[in-house]
Amino acid sequence: MPEPLEVSYQELKHLVSERALQGDTVLLNMGPQHPSTHGVLRLLLELDGEVIINCVPDIGFLHTGIEKNMESKRWEMAEVMTDRTDYLNTTGNNLAYCLALERLIELDVPPRAQAVRVILVELERISNHLVWLGTHALDLAAMSMFLYCFRERESILDIKELCSGQRMMTTYFRPGGLWRDIPSEFEIAVRRFIRMFPSRIKQYDALLAKNPLFLDRTRNIGKLSKEDAINLSVTGPVLRGSGVAYDLRKAQPYSGYEQYDFDIPTGTHGDVYDRYLVRMEEMRQSLRIIQQALDKLPYGPFRSNNRKYVPPPRAELGTSMEAVIHHFKLWTEGFTIPKGAVYQPVESPKGELGYYVESSGGNKPYRVHMRTPSFVHLQALPFMCKGHLVADLVGIIGSVDIVLGDCDR
Amino acid sequence: MAEEHLKLTIKALKDRFGLQESQLMKYPPALEAEPEMIVQICQVLRDEFKFDFLCELTAVDYWPEEEPRFNVIYGFYSHANNVRIMLRVSLNGDHPTLHTVEGVYRGANWHERELWDMFGINFEGHSDLRRILMSHDWEGHPLRKDYPLGYEEPQFSFNYDEIDKRKHHARYEEA
Repeated sequence: MPEPLEVSYQELKHLVSERALQGDTVLLNMGPQHPSTHGVLRLLLELDGEVIINCVPDIGFLHTGIEKNMESKRWEMAEVMTDRTDYLNTTGNNLAYCLALERLIELDVPPRAQAVRVILVELERISNHLVWLGTHALDLAAMSMFLYCFRERESILDIKELCSGQRMMTTYFRPGGLWRDIPSEFEIAVRRFIRMFPSRIKQYDALLAKNPLFLDRTRNIGKLSKEDAINLSVTGPVLRGSGVAYDLRKAQPYSGYEQYDFDIPTGTHGDVYDRYLVRMEEMRQSLRIIQQALDKLPYGPFRSNNRKYVPPPRAELGTSMEAVIHHFKLWTEGFTIPKGAVYQPVESPKGELGYYVESSGGNKPYRVHMRTPSFVHLQALPFMCKGHLVADLVGIIGSVDIVLGDCDR
Repeated sequence: MAEEHLKLTIKALKDRFGLQESQLMKYPPALEAEPEMIVQICQVLRDEFKFDFLCELTAVDYWPEEEPRFNVIYGFYSHANNVRIMLRVSLNGDHPTLHTVEGVYRGANWHERELWDMFGINFEGHSDLRRILMSHDWEGHPLRKDYPLGYEEPQFSFNYDEIDKRKHHARYEEA
């Protein structure tokens, strides 16, 4: 077995300060198995006592080559891989990929499919924020939050299972609409959730928002100014916590978000506590969107009628030869997309999730690149944690809300 | 208002730098730029036209084409005007090199590292050009089109020799 190549000292010298070379400061390795790094994130810390002077994130432990793999799969198969990037926001990833394809082939999506997509994506946003809240609070030693949040998340996963048969990796959205229509129990299940959830958010807020222990650990910690945030390409709740009201659902609406009435919460200080407030308010706003979408959920087809890209209904296969041909073509060689490229951003719970999709005219993507929020936000982490204590770093990582699958792809 | 700003920007960039509009991009509108001018264009975009936000930085490999082989794609967003614009820069296959835009957009740092790691595109003046996703001793640049999509059996310390023997065996058979 060959020995792993050693990294030379010269190669990494520039990452730490001069004092580290003299031996005045301590270099400490954190992760990749540390429980509060939310996955396999490794951080190299340069410490003066307990104060962080430098923080060097080391990523790539969860790199699975999804972009490369997608190039060898057909368009509709490649969608399955998008679920596996950000595993807390699976329908959101599907949505971004489907929107990119729909823009490339100019495929129509019926209003019913759009409304169902919005409901599911907003439910997913709540579920993502619940996981964030649970783990973030757990990192700051509020053990019970974790249990409460996962209890509520379970009912969202049940709704997803109801629609698609899968709890997490649904691939329920397809180019042109949905995989199948929502079941009749869907509306009841979602309404039950909307009724139950506001009181639960109130309970969480009562547990944390005015808790002096929580305030001490979050206020004035991990500050990021407006200008820095923009220059570092930060998006999502982190940017909104710094006071920039940038939300793609409002700025460049997709999937009919322009019909719904909701607010964009923003913070003022850009610290960990403001990000907490922004995300809590976002959950409430998501509930508003779901309520509105459900109230005027239109009837009609659940996927496009363009048979070149969307399979025909099962019932037609017995009577129409054309339907059989379309079905056969779609299941053997898939569909082709004319030459072109598109960059499609959506607002994922973590920030701007952008899919750059390029087609060379074949039945496989020529190139797919995901501009993932976690990757960009981790880059901003060293700027946030300089001058703080090691214990605060845990809170800052939590407040950025990273998923390493999203970051490493 | 946003559309006007976009038109104005595109016209100004075309006049000043002689850029062509890209036919490939369906959305957002894209311009084709020369590699030498990229830092200048970014500077102008950020300071004059308020595209303060670098939203995307990636590349595409058109192998076996050699000249140009790569396209590097920059995406910009303007918070003030709510518009997007993209730049496509073509690079040749032999030692593809660009100047870093880290000085204009700090967020470009990791994206450029990723491009170095995945495509082997060199960024001059970059503060920390190391591999980011692959391990530091990795050979080759995985997202290049001439890099095979192979399957590697995971080798651990306990089964390394066994798999290695099998691999050697396969090599002899091929020869």
